[in-house]
Amino acid sequence: MIEITDLSVQFGGVRSLDEVTLTFPDGNCGLIGPNGAGKTTLFNVLSGFVTPVTGRVVIDDVDLLDMADYRRARWGVRRTFQTVQTIESLTVYENVRTVHEHAAEGSRSERQDAVDDVLAFVGLSDVRDSVVRALSQRDRRFIEVARAIVGAPRVVLLDEPAAGLPEEETDHLAQIIRSVPERTGATVILVDHDMSLVQACCDWTAVLDFGRLVAAGPTAEVLHDERVLAAYVGEEGA
Amino acid sequence: MIGRVLGHKTFQPTIVAGLMVFALFAMPSIFDATWIFNFTQMAIYSMVAASVGMLYGRVGLVSLGQVAPYGIGAWVTIRLAFATDIPYPLLLIIGGGVAAVIGVLIGLPALRVSGLYLALVTLLLAVGVEVILFRLKFANGGPGFNGLALTMSDRAPVPRPTFAEGDVAFFRFVVIVAFIIFMLAVAFLATKPGRAWASVRQSEPSALASGISITRYKLLAFGLAAFMAGVAGGLFGAHVQWSIGVDQFNRQAALFLIAVVLMGGIHSLWGALLAAFFAKILLDFLTQNVIGHQFWNDFALTIFGIGLMINLIQTTKAMEKKGLLE
Ligand SMILES: Nc1ncnc2c1ncn2[C@@H]1O[C@H](COP(=O)(O)OP(=O)(O)OP(=O)(O)O)[C@@H](O)[C@H]1O
Ligand SMILES: [Mg+2]
Repeated sequence: MIEITDLSVQFGGVRSLDEVTLTFPDGNCGLIGPNGAGKTTLFNVLSGFVTPVTGRVVIDDVDLLDMADYRRARWGVRRTFQTVQTIESLTVYENVRTVHEHAAEGSRSERQDAVDDVLAFVGLSDVRDSVVRALSQRDRRFIEVARAIVGAPRVVLLDEPAAGLPEEETDHLAQIIRSVPERTGATVILVDHDMSLVQACCDWTAVLDFGRLVAAGPTAEVLHDERVLAAYVGEEGA
Repeated sequence: MIGRVLGHKTFQPTIVAGLMVFALFAMPSIFDATWIFNFTQMAIYSMVAASVGMLYGRVGLVSLGQVAPYGIGAWVTIRLAFATDIPYPLLLIIGGGVAAVIGVLIGLPALRVSGLYLALVTLLLAVGVEVILFRLKFANGGPGFNGLALTMSDRAPVPRPTFAEGDVAFFRFVVIVAFIIFMLAVAFLATKPGRAWASVRQSEPSALASGISITRYKLLAFGLAAFMAGVAGGLFGAHVQWSIGVDQFNRQAALFLIAVVLMGGIHSLWGALLAAFFAKILLDFLTQNVIGHQFWNDFALTIFGIGLMINLIQTTKAMEKKGLLE
């Protein structure tokens, strides 16, 4: 459970998050909204990259905003990025291993097993020892997901993990995302513009628009909410 | 651990072994004393070049200040070599250690700035160290903290290790130390710190989100690089023995260093050998045989201007390939 209270973020004249109060339940949660709604900004607050002007974030009774940014991954806040940030000069194995050795406990052989296990889970065992530079954008998306879920995360933030993936790959990704809470015990927040992916993965969804919470609740209800449809009119009508 | 180091991408055991055998056994009989002296200089310089290349190529930190730990390592080792009976290999480690501490201090501002600003800050720190070294002067066998002899007749050469007093023996000693220092770098690069550095270089947000303490790993990089340069400095004093002036570690030397390192290439430790070859063998050969000493400065500047241009063009091309430039 991720409890967010009265969270506001200001960039100059732009209020990217405006007094957002919401609680993400355990399991898979969607976070949707038009471009510039503040979705990535919310992730950046949780990662510690952005300091909010007001507000609190409480996860498992811990006040997250008091924690140093680099400690949050070890504590369990993990994420992917909207533009992939894999380590190009390292192999797929080393990419995931790097996260595990900084953000998870374990002996050397436990690390190796955990990494190989997660690579098998996301379907990257074949390219385990390939240097990322030589791989496709599609592989990078899955490497990012593997990096975010290896070890024992409490919270997995996925920022448009399906962007640029062909449809059949999106199905594969959906399967993976659906089983993350069960596999790791983590709460997942999925940001994506692909509504069918959100529907396929998330029982619960929150909607942001211009930094404000528009709606939150069971995904099926939220997607039919008038206010949500209205928020999307600008996009869909274009 | 050893297995992982030996298996690392940048380390080709057969080539390295061949090179070592060639340097230790063939070179002393192929080259005369002057060239052995130059190659000793090259081996020493390659460690400094490797430290710069590692910082830039592997961690993404542009430091123009690596002559500072080089000079500090030289100063500490020379002073202690005159003043104490500490065995020479231990002196090198002490010199490297003191340099590492200073290197970490120089690294502190790097946590706040990057790119061009970092380059400027590190250059200014190098100038600061240059000023201090100029005041202290290098020990020449005299008494006191500075170890300065006032009359020429009291001056003594910097002592060399008893087992490597001759030029050839000292050359072999330097080659072995350089080998150890390169292996040290590879050992870091092939393991957890190397991966963390690759992550920091690629993307600091991503490194943070992986739980990497950017502060700790940047300081570790500066510390290791300064240790490498400091050990090289310790060897330098015993190499030249008499003529140790601050000009070896001044701001011109700092700019020259980054230029040759860029020419040699920063993505593999082999680049450091190439850089040292340019700087200490090729240029020396050209100045002695082709252009003459009076043109040395202009010539060096021209060469390295061209080198920097080539580097700039290559970087731009690489960035275009990666889609970093539109
Ligand atoms: N570092 C920043 N500096 C200034 N403004 C920012 C910064 N980060 C975000 N913003 C602004 O905050 C608003 C919300 O941006 P954010 O990236 O959170 O949107 P988003 O919901 O993730 O959109 P998208 O779907 O396009 O990714 C935008 O107006 C954006 O321009
Ligand atoms: Mg976004």
